[in-house]
Amino acid sequence: MALHFELVTPSKLVRSEEVHMVVVPGSEGEFGVLEGHAPFMSTIRDGAVQVYKTEGGEPESIEVRGGFAEVGEKGLTVLAEHVEG
Amino acid sequence: MASLKELKDRIGSVKSTQKITKAKQMVAAAKLRKAQAAAEAARPYANRLADVMGSLASKVSGDSAPLLLRGTGSDQKHLLVVVNTDKGLCGGLNSNVVKEAKKQAAKLIAEGKDVVFYLVGKKGRAPIKRDYADRIGHHFDTSTVKNIGFDEAEGIADDLVARFEAGEFDVAHLVYPIFKSALAQDPTTVQLLPVPSPETAEESDAAVEYEPDEEEILAELLPRYVKTQLFGALLEREASEQGASMTAMDNATRNAGELIDKLTIQYNRSRQAAITTELIEIIAGAEAL
Repeated sequence: MALHFELVTPSKLVRSEEVHMVVVPGSEGEFGVLEGHAPFMSTIRDGAVQVYKTEGGEPESIEVRGGFAEVGEKGLTVLAEHVEG
Repeated sequence: MASLKELKDRIGSVKSTQKITKAKQMVAAAKLRKAQAAAEAARPYANRLADVMGSLASKVSGDSAPLLLRGTGSDQKHLLVVVNTDKGLCGGLNSNVVKEAKKQAAKLIAEGKDVVFYLVGKKGRAPIKRDYADRIGHHFDTSTVKNIGFDEAEGIADDLVARFEAGEFDVAHLVYPIFKSALAQDPTTVQLLPVPSPETAEESDAAVEYEPDEEEILAELLPRYVKTQLFGALLEREASEQGASMTAMDNATRNAGELIDKLTIQYNRSRQAAITTELIEIIAGAEAL
């Protein structure tokens, strides 16, 4: 039960790991992605991506600006122009 | 024949030049490693974006496609975005890029198109001005930035997209050096705007849901794609500059070494000649007694 999550910016690959769930601030509302999510693509608004490493655990927030998220067979990929911290 | 002192000074000056070129070579080697790492790190983003662009562009076509993909419908006014370095001491890199740009310009002008240059970096300005002084549209200065980053690419891309939307040009080409190795940097030309439809290699059969719809995502992605391309070009430029600089400085150091050897031999010969002459004078003097 793991979702492959990648966070990529133009200057580097910030994250590439197996996580439980990721909540992405989509431009039309937040959405959570678990393993086995249907193929999906959305632009995202500036905000925090919340990464849940384990079920019920404390989320880790990563501030992103400008980008979009793609869910495919390989998991979730967030392409962001800027990542804070 | 130069005097002994002159030779000695000459050797000294060549030696200090050699020290400078050697230092520059080592600096370039260190920076090259960094620039290459940066270029490598930027690849995943560019690849992903190109993939997504490809699958989206094949879905959105016709009149509903955004301006950046569709183009203005004409191809009369061409813009050549030429990416040069800001600093010299990098061998033939800049002249090669300028040569490529001039070749493209000559070709387009021969076809009866209007050509305007958009220069990035300092070193392309003078040689292009020599031939096409009245065609230089804009110059984007990157010389004040120490570490070229995404912000600069963003600045250039925003400017270009705004000009494109204002109808200042119909087609934009990007001319920049591609870093192959420290010995080879190939200047290349790619079409920047309108964004050429990427060939879709993989046919995605899965029904992908889009939020908002395809057109809106595409409209947001296109400027981002242009930025990424420019960012890639800037990174290639950095790596090429350091690579070319390293090679050029290596050659310069070697040439200086050769020159020093030659001058040293000449110096020793003159010194020996002077000693021999002195000896002969003394012996001749002694024999005369």
